[in-house]
Amino acid sequence: MGDMTAALSTAVELIVSLDPHLAEIVGLSLYVSLTAVIISTLIGVPLGAAVSMLRFPGRKSAIIALNALMGLPPVVVGLVVYLALSRSGPLGVFGLLYTPTAMIIAQIILVTPIIAALSRQVITDLWSEYDDQLTSLGSSHSRAIPTLIFDGRFSLLTAVLAGFGRATAEVGAVMMVGGNIDHVTRVMTTAIALEVSKGDLALALALGIILLSISLAIGAAAQIFKDRSELRNSS
Amino acid sequence: MTSILPLKLSNIWFRSREGIPLIKELSLELDAGTRTIIIGPNGAGKSLLLRLCHGLLRPTEGHIKWQNNTIAQHAQAMVFQRPVMLRRSARANIDYALSLHNVAKAERADIIEEVLQRTGMTRQADAPARVLSFGEQQRLAIARAWALKPQILFLDEPTASLDPSASHQIEELIQAIFDQGTKIVMTTHDLGQARRLADEVLFLHRGRLLEQAPAETFFETPHNDLAQAFVKGELLWWKRGEGPRRDPKHAR
Repeated sequence: MGDMTAALSTAVELIVSLDPHLAEIVGLSLYVSLTAVIISTLIGVPLGAAVSMLRFPGRKSAIIALNALMGLPPVVVGLVVYLALSRSGPLGVFGLLYTPTAMIIAQIILVTPIIAALSRQVITDLWSEYDDQLTSLGSSHSRAIPTLIFDGRFSLLTAVLAGFGRATAEVGAVMMVGGNIDHVTRVMTTAIALEVSKGDLALALALGIILLSISLAIGAAAQIFKDRSELRNSS
Repeated sequence: MTSILPLKLSNIWFRSREGIPLIKELSLELDAGTRTIIIGPNGAGKSLLLRLCHGLLRPTEGHIKWQNNTIAQHAQAMVFQRPVMLRRSARANIDYALSLHNVAKAERADIIEEVLQRTGMTRQADAPARVLSFGEQQRLAIARAWALKPQILFLDEPTASLDPSASHQIEELIQAIFDQGTKIVMTTHDLGQARRLADEVLFLHRGRLLEQAPAETFFETPHNDLAQAFVKGELLWWKRGEGPRRDPKHAR
């Protein structure tokens, strides 16, 4: 118990003093996760909407695949990206292994199916409400997609948040393709795992508190934004 | 612009996914220049008929043809019982409909102002459409349809959930749209409203068109006995195959 208290007080001290090492890890974590989530959103939302609205051979299989890929095991993704980016791999020539870019790629693969699958459901639900009206106004299914994305923006925000949650909490894949190199690819989750194995509970705890705080802060900010916007539009 | 009317329906059948016939052997012609009111009890197929005419549903059997086989999508509009408003301002809702009809951006502002003014919605123009009252949303739905300058306007019980004052406003708007040369096809449960608005009445019962007649003839001397009972305000009992008022053709 005494160790825990000491660790906690050191953790708070590190946070309050804006420890540069800690700040570097937090900064890199946010850079990697936010970049991955932004790119995944740009891919996943239109992809989910297209699977929801367009009729094509294999659509049902695509829906099943999207839903199944939501539960992709991070270590498997890490392994596949590792093999692809390693020197002997097909993308080895780019020299991306053990860089933040490799970590972003791994997170995009993990997060995109989550955003796409949740977006598909949001768009499908919205279309059941809008179908007759938009068809009556002369909209085709493909032309309705941007309208549905715009009108479903608040619900889609939840899908993006789910993706962000996955990205910030992920450790297996980024550890494999990033290598957890100090000052290069060390992010909060990999640092926590390392510090715990070293027995430095204070830094691990500080990182844990920050990780939790960031998740809560972003979730709360998004919810407040969503509530206010919905109130304005009374949706 | 070439007229898309008359609209001809020939031997239309519409069945549910389970194969239950909901519209049966229905043939009719809708001509320009009249207000056609469709009446009948619940489940008669009034809304289904509107959706079939408007092209939201395809008949299981039979043909629906516009004049000269015109593709009539952009010359018709529909107002639903519960208007669906997009999550944007009242003005933007109308603008969106015009953009779908490929109306040039430069022309849209004038059209929007005109229909907002005609429907008394100018003050609410920049309010989010979904915060408007139900009556205002229905007026906005009519404004949106009006902006498209349709040759034929379908209205599915547009005053079903409105109080008499709001219903009166909607009736005035329908009359104004008709006065500008738009064919009106509307369903209603309200016999008083049908008397006020109809030039022609279609009476549906259990998916069959039992009577199509000029309004005066229909309300004074309806031919069909079920129509007579309906006009008198009697309850139409659904005793399939029983009693003197049974529909002899009813068969699945």
